Amino acid sequence: MNAKAWPRVGLPVRNVEAHGGAMIPALTLLLGCQLVGEVVARGLGLPVPGPVLGLALLLAGLFFASRFGWVTPETVDDTGLGRVAGVLLGALGLMFVPAGAGVVHHAELLANHGLALLAALIGSTLITLVVTVAVFRLIARRSDPS
Amino acid sequence: MNRDPFALWVYLSASPLTWLTVTLVVWIAADAAAKGMGRHPVANPVLMAIIGVALVLALTRTPYATYFEGAQFVHFLLGPATVAIAIPLYKHWPIVRKNLTAMMAALLVGAVVALVSALAIAMALGVPRDVLIALAPKSVTAGVAMGVTESLGGEPALTAVLVIATGIIGAVMVTPLMNALGIRDYAARGFAVGLASHGIGTARAFTVNPVAGVFAGIAMGLNALVTALLVPLAMAFFR
Repeated sequence: MNAKAWPRVGLPVRNVEAHGGAMIPALTLLLGCQLVGEVVARGLGLPVPGPVLGLALLLAGLFFASRFGWVTPETVDDTGLGRVAGVLLGALGLMFVPAGAGVVHHAELLANHGLALLAALIGSTLITLVVTVAVFRLIARRSDPS
Repeated sequence: MNRDPFALWVYLSASPLTWLTVTLVVWIAADAAAKGMGRHPVANPVLMAIIGVALVLALTRTPYATYFEGAQFVHFLLGPATVAIAIPLYKHWPIVRKNLTAMMAALLVGAVVALVSALAIAMALGVPRDVLIALAPKSVTAGVAMGVTESLGGEPALTAVLVIATGIIGAVMVTPLMNALGIRDYAARGFAVGLASHGIGTARAFTVNPVAGVFAGIAMGLNALVTALLVPLAMAFFR
């Protein structure tokens, strides 16, 4: 598509670049960080999941770029990386559907202990939510009395 | 065109394109339904979409493996989406830094409670040990949890189902529970749901409040680390 045709419909050319042009490098950067994370985790036999290491790597990269003024917390959402991240995180729920549909596959496996497992999941999730939020608030209040 | 409709269906039912499209269409419908119900906590789009896909598979007698060949492209995005949490994390770094001590304390206590409470309840109700192994990492994001179970000789497929059930339970519970407890600190609310209910809790947190989403994402990542280390230890006790 010819980008120069766009100003006619009232879109500045620079914005067209920001919308379309920066998406592929941004996706490549995300995959690259994940790949490095997987290689390091598996190579060193760490119990850390590869994408979590990739997250740490990208965060370090953003702080590095911040020092040179290439990116700021205020403008990061308007970069290609910010847009791709927004799309991915906005559809996070969708990504659990394929694995979740596997429940049909293991229906009989769950039939024997289904109720006990459901009780364990509901009970444990409730206790975990309450305890975690209580500890968080307790410590946060102590370190910041406002 | 000399293909009869049956031959066309035979082709389509085996094609990844069909099942990828079905996954997306069902998700769009489920998400629209959740939106239509004002994002009510009980109207969880992940749960509705899973039920929708399971119904389609049952009605068309499609094996799960055939379905997953198409749906794997969506499943794959979990990795880059996890890496992408770095961007909101960077954006909201000042508030993250301010809460660093609270996060570390909540992480350690929460991870132990999530693990021990699930094992204790299940054991009291007579769940056998091989199923307990699959249950132990239930609060951790699916990919990591399945790896943990596998390394201990459990059933990773069962873990995937328990992990997703935990995610949905937490996502449904968190908003009414936190409101009832009178907690208005979205950092604390998000952190709790991300720790207890990994990515599905994080997805819920992002729809409620962006700061809650960031803290949920951090909790999800950190708990994946801590629980992966804790589960082998805990299983040595619960025998």
